[in-house]
Amino acid sequence: MTTKISEVKLPSIDELVEGIAKGSMTAVEAVRLCFSRIDEEDATIHAFLSLDREGALTRAREIDAKAAAGETLPALAGVPMGIKDVLVVDGQPATAGSKILEGYRPPYTATAVKRLIDAGAVLLGKLNCDEFAMGSSNENSAYGPVRNPYATDRVPGGSSGGSAAAVAAGMAVATLGTDTGGSIRQPASFCGVVGVLPTYGRVSRYGLIAFASSLDRVGPFATTVRDAAKVLGVIAGHDPMDATSSTEPVPDYLAEIDNGVTGLRLGVPPEYFGEGLDPEVRAAVEATIERLRATGAEIVPVSLPHTRYAVPTYYVIATAEASANLARFDGVRYGYRAANTPTLAGMYHCSREGGFGAEVKRRILLGTYVLSAGYYDAYYKKAQQVRRLLTEDFLKAFDEADAILTPTAPTPAFKLGEKTDDPMAMYLADIYTVTANLAGICGVSVPCGESRSGLPIGLQILGRHFGESTVFRVGQVVERR
Amino acid sequence: MAENERVAAEDVRRVAELANLELTAEEEIRMERDLNAILGYVAQLNELDTAAITPMAQVSDVLDGGEAVNASLREDRIVPSLDRQRVMACAPETDGVFFKVPKVIER
Repeated sequence: MTTKISEVKLPSIDELVEGIAKGSMTAVEAVRLCFSRIDEEDATIHAFLSLDREGALTRAREIDAKAAAGETLPALAGVPMGIKDVLVVDGQPATAGSKILEGYRPPYTATAVKRLIDAGAVLLGKLNCDEFAMGSSNENSAYGPVRNPYATDRVPGGSSGGSAAAVAAGMAVATLGTDTGGSIRQPASFCGVVGVLPTYGRVSRYGLIAFASSLDRVGPFATTVRDAAKVLGVIAGHDPMDATSSTEPVPDYLAEIDNGVTGLRLGVPPEYFGEGLDPEVRAAVEATIERLRATGAEIVPVSLPHTRYAVPTYYVIATAEASANLARFDGVRYGYRAANTPTLAGMYHCSREGGFGAEVKRRILLGTYVLSAGYYDAYYKKAQQVRRLLTEDFLKAFDEADAILTPTAPTPAFKLGEKTDDPMAMYLADIYTVTANLAGICGVSVPCGESRSGLPIGLQILGRHFGESTVFRVGQVVERR
Repeated sequence: MAENERVAAEDVRRVAELANLELTAEEEIRMERDLNAILGYVAQLNELDTAAITPMAQVSDVLDGGEAVNASLREDRIVPSLDRQRVMACAPETDGVFFKVPKVIER
């Protein structure tokens, strides 16, 4: 790193869009600034897997021409953004962090990305991630790990590590990531940025390379709660191409964002403050909770008694769904095909063996096992039953609280290589995040402090189904420290 | 799930075959170890009596008392699909109309 992270400052979305409209800055300047940051830092950080320099500059010039002509600019006009490489963009590479999709250039664009483009955003390129979004450290990317901009010997979190690191290092104003068990919130926490898990069904999954379809979400990263809320407002809403996308109207997330927390009941579950929680994380989160109390919130105890069953439940359901979703990578329609395989079955085996990395194979095997004859009821059905218990815990807690406060992750960013030999240790990095995916509720991770060695710490704010506005209100107060 | 039931090497091979994966001997040993570690951890779900609990497959199961799935199904209507040429251009082997694959039936 040639520049300290604390010195990096890109304009906010509002500053940028207003600046471009008034003529005090241009979209081309903003894009060039991001590319110069990328050129300076990304050889070390490795957040981007591909860049679209020409496309981005062409697009920025179009926005500047509109501004010069006095046209009304859309919500994200000229905002330089990056997209996690599990979301497809017409004509751009889409690897999902896997060798099996090397060279694939999809002929269509994900709905969430299309909405960004329609709102004037400028896409810089595609962002590194764990292979098929499977991982908590970004070390499972077939294209090499991402490094944490705060400490380059540490992981950025995962699986959306590139999306978090790009925002933290000032290489993009905002990015999109995906979250199946914590893959937006945990890297946001590790990289000191804001990451949003929207309610299941709030953002279309069309064009997302699926990992676990009943858990997968698409959501934004940004440096501020306000910017993240603004991006969510653009990408949210019903899409006929995703049958699970909700017809619930999308509120104006900025309308109540500055209303403060006075009168809000904020729940604190003891189950999220037990063994394994790093003392510095605990101290930062508890201090933030006290600050929210002092700012007018009512802090109430809530109980989520099944919490300790969340990780085992998650790894049965997520891997079962993954084993079905990843069956489509067979060397026939796209991606890698093994050479010199005389039969179809042999071609399937060799293409998948050569194309998938170890963690993906591990999860496909586990998922196939729990769905196989004789084990379905014992594992898969059992996990679905516990999923309901975990969800009911939240529904009851939200009778007593408007939002729930927890640490996002049990520790700050860990070192590269620290957990790569022990899949169970890696899975436990998601201990505070997976339950929200199982229950379908929304949440956000907001920076709330730093460790003594300067590593960011995140507070997780969880909200009811479609309760994003409340979560943003709380996040806005947490951010003003 | 039987708590003492262990995944054996032949189980790993059987599951790999079902999943169309071909593991190296080294991978097989590693996967056997990892699956046993993960399933051993999963076994704690047995502590819960779930006999009376309806499985939850989708988030919509718990919204509005199980939001009618039909409400979100789109109209059955013909709409333009992806351009065939562009789709075929992504394939490892194609004649422009069909995907080409190695022999299916061995003789």
